[in-house]
Amino acid sequence: MKVTFPHLGSLSIVLTGLLQDFGLEVIPPPPITKKTIDLGVLHAPEFACLPLKINLGNFIEALELGADTIVMGGGTGPCRFGYYAQVQREILQDLGFNFQMIVLEPPQGQVSKLVDKLKILCGNKRPGEILQAAITAWYKIKALDKLQGEVLKCRAFELEKGATSKAYEAGLSFLQAARTPAQVKTGLKKGLELLAGVKQKINKDALRVGLIGEVYMLLEPFANLQVEKLLGEMGVVVERSVYLSSWITEHLILSSLRLPGGLATKKAAAKYIKQFVGGHGRESVGDMVRFARRGFDGVIHILPFTCTPEIVAQSILPIVSRQEGIPYLSVSLDEQSGEAGFITRLEAFLDLLKQRRHKTQNQAFKLATARR
Amino acid sequence: MSTKVGIPRALLYYYYYPGWKAFFQTLGAEVVLSDETTKTILDQGVRAAVEEACLPVKLFLGHVANLCAKAVDYIFIPRVISVERKKYLCPKFLGLPEIARCCLPKLPEILAPAINWGQEEDKTWAELKKLAARFDGRPAMLRCALQAATEAQRSYEARLRQGLTPQEILDGKKAPLPAGKMRVAVLGHAYNLNDHFLSLNILKKLRALGVEVLTAEMLPEEAIATGAKVLPKESFWTFGHKLLGAGNYWLQENKIAGLVLVVSFGCGPDSLICELIERFYKRQQQIPVLLLTLDEHTGEAGIITRLEAFVDMLRWREAK
Repeated sequence: MKVTFPHLGSLSIVLTGLLQDFGLEVIPPPPITKKTIDLGVLHAPEFACLPLKINLGNFIEALELGADTIVMGGGTGPCRFGYYAQVQREILQDLGFNFQMIVLEPPQGQVSKLVDKLKILCGNKRPGEILQAAITAWYKIKALDKLQGEVLKCRAFELEKGATSKAYEAGLSFLQAARTPAQVKTGLKKGLELLAGVKQKINKDALRVGLIGEVYMLLEPFANLQVEKLLGEMGVVVERSVYLSSWITEHLILSSLRLPGGLATKKAAAKYIKQFVGGHGRESVGDMVRFARRGFDGVIHILPFTCTPEIVAQSILPIVSRQEGIPYLSVSLDEQSGEAGFITRLEAFLDLLKQRRHKTQNQAFKLATARR
Repeated sequence: MSTKVGIPRALLYYYYYPGWKAFFQTLGAEVVLSDETTKTILDQGVRAAVEEACLPVKLFLGHVANLCAKAVDYIFIPRVISVERKKYLCPKFLGLPEIARCCLPKLPEILAPAINWGQEEDKTWAELKKLAARFDGRPAMLRCALQAATEAQRSYEARLRQGLTPQEILDGKKAPLPAGKMRVAVLGHAYNLNDHFLSLNILKKLRALGVEVLTAEMLPEEAIATGAKVLPKESFWTFGHKLLGAGNYWLQENKIAGLVLVVSFGCGPDSLICELIERFYKRQQQIPVLLLTLDEHTGEAGIITRLEAFVDMLRWREAK
């Protein structure tokens, strides 16, 4: 059995290690390139969202390398992601590939089905070994999130363009090699040290921008045209609303157990939208409110073209922007999106944020002097 | 003077209007419908909505705006989350009251009970109680209203199965005579197919070409369930399930000459559902499929040409 899975940001580092620890032969899909997207677009439905197309491209490339088992996530709706695997399987079958697809999703009362699937993956490993592997994987996810969070803070102040990204790549390779929680810890430490060693400049006027939107688009740099890197290198401190670890706890673990998660975000969204609308729609609204209340200069909303839950959010964002007093830029991306146009839009948005900040600072200054 | 409740002639109107109307009328309210779709109504909606919203949502907003001019006291935009277990409606229905509120300023009060029969039955009852109490506080009235609504809805659905389209029943028209012996199924959301402006009268045009038209609403639930059984995993969208089930049922039955798939541009669920239907039909290589995508720029001439060409092709196949 040769196992593969879809890419999602740095998830492949975690999954490769985890599945290998389960004693499986793993063929991770090649890194996403233009070719991956082209393959996906060629065979996927026209109006499917970009994540489905990229997933499909990943699968085709991995199957061509000899993989015969696909591990994929599922869901119970109403976001389209929950039905991805069903469509992707039919497409791959029609393309003549010979494979099995293991779809991991909330069991909805049929726990035995989920257990059967997990048994295929865990093979004949003892429960202790499985637990050990899972713990290591979780540590890795947390370490990756920590590293990424630091990168976002650091990049805006780097003296030499690209130095932070270089340190980050090195940090990733340490984590990739780690096979025990202790190794993960030292790997993270080394990575953070490298980041701390990046020469910094003083940038007192650095803008603070929050990223909100659909999870895949936020976590996969290839899909979001490296928005974090672009903004960071323009001297912007970026904060992302969702990380792999928070997404897994809220959307995979807690929701499968029917427990509430992300309460602070839901509470922040409640003034504008009380109902879950599928996917990450309500969270996008809540995250924008939270960024506004923390005094961010602006937010950027990223969604895949035709994403219904995010379109619901998009309809509500103008009101949030007005009432909470925070500018936003909503960008929907698909396989047609070009980097140059995207950069122009980002630059224009940042110019606007800068002007706005000057204006408020001047007003504050005038107020202060008038009082004197 | 009785309270006026406005109902937009769009989206779920085509599924539940008879029930809603009976409900409000039993409670003593007057039901006001928005006008039939015109270019002006659609344009109003297109201006109000975010660009990426799908065509039926844009049209819905146009109808809500149209109701504002009719001096209604309330606009009824229920938040329909689920109508059966383990299935949802499309996410746009889950956030519809918010979309309307945010895109159209200065609306009359919106009545937006959350209907979630699949997951929160108790809460749904409470929402209905609250809604009824706005019109008539007597608890017995809720029961009366619901009974009237259920009856009206049942008889509506029974008539749908006799071969009438929602539009024909809602407009009070008589059943058309079966136009020809060639049967063509048209698969798409009722809110697209039955709006004469949005659909450019596809159903009528097909009939005028001498074809007997079938839609998913005309199939009994058992047929849909049989059709959906071939799938390893059922769709978790109520309407998607219906489309997939109907599509597969017609494919198994093999009694239709052709299938016309009608989708609106950028429809999320349909992008996956129609892909599957197309694939299943392609594999069998028995029944030709025509895919029509609707948006606000769709021209009537192009649609007619494609329908005519499709029907010609079907006739030619039959003659062979």
